[in-house]
Amino acid sequence: MIRIVLPFHLRNLARTGTEVQVEVAAPVTLGAALTALEAQYPVLRGTIREHGTNKRRSLVRFFACKEDLSNEPTDTALPEAVVNGKEPLMIVGAMAGG
Amino acid sequence: MSKIRVLVGTRKGAFILTSDGSRKNWDVSGPHFAGWEIYHAKGSPLDPNRIYVSQSSGWFGQIIQRSDDGGKTWNTPGSKPEELAGAGGMPQGESNKFTYEGEIGTHKWYDGSQHPWEFKRVWHLEPSFTDPDTVYAGVEDAAMFKTTDGGKTWKELSGLRKAKGQLWQPGAGGMAVHTIILDQKNPKRMFIAISAAGAFRTEDGGATWKPINKGLKSQFELPDPDAEVGHCVHRIAMHPSRPDVLFMQKHWDVMRSDNAGDMWTEVSGNLPSDFGFPIDVHAHEPNTIYVVPIKSDSEHFPPDGKLRVYRSRNGGNEWEAMTKGLPQKDCYVNVLRDAMSVDQLDPCGVYFGTTGGQVYCSADGGDSWNPIVRDLPAVLSVEAQVLP
Repeated sequence: MIRIVLPFHLRNLARTGTEVQVEVAAPVTLGAALTALEAQYPVLRGTIREHGTNKRRSLVRFFACKEDLSNEPTDTALPEAVVNGKEPLMIVGAMAGG
Repeated sequence: MSKIRVLVGTRKGAFILTSDGSRKNWDVSGPHFAGWEIYHAKGSPLDPNRIYVSQSSGWFGQIIQRSDDGGKTWNTPGSKPEELAGAGGMPQGESNKFTYEGEIGTHKWYDGSQHPWEFKRVWHLEPSFTDPDTVYAGVEDAAMFKTTDGGKTWKELSGLRKAKGQLWQPGAGGMAVHTIILDQKNPKRMFIAISAAGAFRTEDGGATWKPINKGLKSQFELPDPDAEVGHCVHRIAMHPSRPDVLFMQKHWDVMRSDNAGDMWTEVSGNLPSDFGFPIDVHAHEPNTIYVVPIKSDSEHFPPDGKLRVYRSRNGGNEWEAMTKGLPQKDCYVNVLRDAMSVDQLDPCGVYFGTTGGQVYCSADGGDSWNPIVRDLPAVLSVEAQVLP
């Protein structure tokens, strides 16, 4: 199980708490984690990645272990600390500015 | 006694205002979907407990919400476990999937180049008069979608973009289908409007569409006086008893057509400004129409700081200012295109919301006004409905 932290609006949409746990089959990549999250919470489909293309929505960010993974390829392996559940994968709404 | 429900979409959530038929004392429920932009919410004319909501965010995209109990509870359509069992083990979760049909194609971009269509959000949801599971959605970038399963899945009516879509160009507010009018006498006929492409009509249920912009003049925005598309239509209104008579608030000019949009004539008459956004028709007087003049395209607030609804009782040209109960000094709010509505009671109720967060109600056809609420987030849409 990996841990995923959701932003306020997505946790409300998914009717869950700040953090969810998701089973991801190896290899545990960023894309596999997002696919598993969407499978567990289908209401999140299209809110993190665009329908069809699976492209990251431009104002969504992925952080883990103090690293910004937002622009990494989706087949990037997640850090070991995320895979073993010590650290969460964080899905974050980008700063709005203004 | 009848009950009235007013659905209000705002920049930061949805609100439900309810009253009895006197329309004096109101209950306010909300914010629903707090923090999200609610471009539009509308109840089914067949089943008022069925409400569809367009919920969107620059961060997390489009969500469609549905209530089957008049707004007490909400769900994204198709989210029951048995409905989510998709092929290959992947749940469906497609109520927010708006995918353009076929080759995506391009439209005119701000710099004159061609730009691919990109879905951004649903501006307007129009439930069918004949089936509570059928709803039309007007979206940005401009296109029409339809659901026949209560919002679980959406399919584009792609014939619309074949009506010279390559020449459509976004204005400052984007390029969206913001108006959808269904002809109750002819279910195959619909009218829609797009900023900044114009008005269009279908006679075959949405398979093919025809631009209906003859007579519109937009010399400051569109040099070609005969341009078939490209006009910045802000809103169209129709009385259900007279589907051939349309009224339009264009960027500049208030217009009227007596032949279902084949030709338009200007009826701005004595308005202090013919720029504005909403236009609506009295529920029982098909020739009584309402607009809210705004100073100009450069100054989106009422002329002279006076918030005035103008009413014409003869289909345009002769207008009277409705001011009783509305602020007549230091008022600099705007009223957006989907933020006016009428109810079916007698006397007819008229409602509008402002970018300052006020929602006003007139229970006497516009003669006098009272604020229902004063301090909501900026109002994007207002829909009034009489409940059984």
